[in-house]
Amino acid sequence: MTTFEAPRIEVVENSLEPEPQQRRRVKRKTVNTIIWFVVLLALTAIVLYPLVWLVFATFKPSGEFGQNPGMFPENPTIDNYFKVLEGIGGTPLWRFFANSLVIAVAAVVGTLFSSALAAYAFARIKFKGVGVLFAAMIGTLLLPFHVIIIPQYILFNKLEMVDTYWPLILPKFLATEAFFVFLIVQFIRNIPRDMDEAARIDGAGHLRIFFSIILPLIKPALITAAIFTFIWTWNDFLGPLLYVNSPELYPLPIALRLYNDATSTSDYGATVAVSFLALVPILIFFIVFQRFLVAGVATQGLKG
Amino acid sequence: MSTETESIVTAEARSRSVRQTMRQVRRDENRKAPSSANKRSAHRRETAAGYGFLIPWLIGFVGLTVGPMLFSLYLAFTKYNLFTEPEWIGFDNFIRMFTEDPNYIQSVQITLVYVLVGTPIKLAAALGIAMLLNYRDKGSGFFRSSFYAPSLIGASVSVAIVWRAMFSTNGPVDDSLSFFGIELGGWVGNVQLVIPMMILLAVWQFGAPMVIFLAGLKQIPQELYEAAEVDGAGPVRKFRSVTVPMLSSVIFFNLLLETINAFQVFASAYIISNGSGGPAGMTNFYTLYLYKRGFADLQMGYAAAMAWVLVIVVAIIAFILFKTQKSWVHYAGENR
Repeated sequence: MTTFEAPRIEVVENSLEPEPQQRRRVKRKTVNTIIWFVVLLALTAIVLYPLVWLVFATFKPSGEFGQNPGMFPENPTIDNYFKVLEGIGGTPLWRFFANSLVIAVAAVVGTLFSSALAAYAFARIKFKGVGVLFAAMIGTLLLPFHVIIIPQYILFNKLEMVDTYWPLILPKFLATEAFFVFLIVQFIRNIPRDMDEAARIDGAGHLRIFFSIILPLIKPALITAAIFTFIWTWNDFLGPLLYVNSPELYPLPIALRLYNDATSTSDYGATVAVSFLALVPILIFFIVFQRFLVAGVATQGLKG
Repeated sequence: MSTETESIVTAEARSRSVRQTMRQVRRDENRKAPSSANKRSAHRRETAAGYGFLIPWLIGFVGLTVGPMLFSLYLAFTKYNLFTEPEWIGFDNFIRMFTEDPNYIQSVQITLVYVLVGTPIKLAAALGIAMLLNYRDKGSGFFRSSFYAPSLIGASVSVAIVWRAMFSTNGPVDDSLSFFGIELGGWVGNVQLVIPMMILLAVWQFGAPMVIFLAGLKQIPQELYEAAEVDGAGPVRKFRSVTVPMLSSVIFFNLLLETINAFQVFASAYIISNGSGGPAGMTNFYTLYLYKRGFADLQMGYAAAMAWVLVIVVAIIAFILFKTQKSWVHYAGENR
């Protein structure tokens, strides 16, 4: 599977006397590339269809759902957006966004803080027990979360933290998302030790090395962790479903369920409009950071 | 708790070198310092620093993971409703699960169908499209990003709502199939079609494993394909004898991860069935049923027992995968 450019250069070099066989090969290559493009474009259309459908559906009046399965609204309207801005059950829509944002930002801060500290210990400090603890942390990566939600609920209930954001935020400050610890450990391991060894000789302690040397160098890993924490927290449904009971504290996914339950037959327009609005921040994140999310992370993971 | 949307990073990072990193950590730990009083006090300082940095993680690990795990193991043998003291009932929860609770058996069955059918299809799609993307570098970035997007949002409530609309009676899917003369009606309320609909939702999120496969494919030396070509290998032979062996470690980790994730599907099933697990229990996936038992019916002992059965099943699957990997997973640099 040579790339497309290679044979083309060949043709230019031999352009005075191109062999017929070679010309045929180039032609076949071009045809292949066109087929390749067409197939992938078709696949993209299929994969992105639900999202595009959603965008157009937000402009459909509620009566059109079930009548007009096509993508485009017959009588486009922006009423759905006006309706959803009012909110539901006396809580305005911006409130749900603000709630989601508070939780997500706190989760990002907590995850970065606790995961970076733990990762530094695992990657750079030699102490008794580090091997066992590291293995235990890896083990939690594969643990189904079901086994801890019930006792955690009982615990937070005893601590009278139900119907606050603490059960959603506190675990992030305690590095329970082991995956991010692991991600940062991997990243720190790839940083040469020369600099911290030099700093040690100059008498710097671990805190100093962590803050002045390591932290600035692991920025890419921190950004990756921050983006994923934000998106996961923004999407999280089970956590708030368990712990948040008051409608004015609802984050978006739970508020969406309200729309979905209350209006699934009568006001589909409003439901899809809120669904779309809830995805907007993630889509923006994705568009801005997609290179980072997809390319950066993909290559980083396998080179070892 | 967002494990449902397992990202590329996860698998990536893991697929690389859990083992390698472990080895490195052990090596660091065992590196013996020459024993003098000075060194020993330095040693003690290191230990203090190590545990100091680990304090938040340790609190979380003990208080929010290990402690709860043990407590839930205890609860699994009790009857507990959050308000009265847990009452020890021995193995009754487990016996009830497998002999007296048809809803549980059904939940296990549909979850197994979902995992065992959905995961291979998803991974096959991911590998196939990764190979397609790998054919050419120029222009593939756009496609790669487009295909990855669903993985990021697939577990969200918004997408579940869209999915339900897409597959409802006279919705876009029903409508397009009617165009080809296939009259299936709505998938959402149809006992036979609702699981395929959920599987399609999972397959739609093929982007995350695809990105990992693609990164793996790019690591395969071109010479291997050229050599195979010289030996007269066709595309199928090249796939079987070069691509699969060279990619086996990536396939292994994708398989492990996607299987474990598939067991944990929750939000989409909840939204699509309005929390009921319907029609006729066909979306009552394991996590949803556990949630309903534990938090709607407050049968927390029973739910804890369900959770432990799942842990054991996942552990067995992971164990089998790890055990069999010797026979089919090829790590670079190893000669077989």
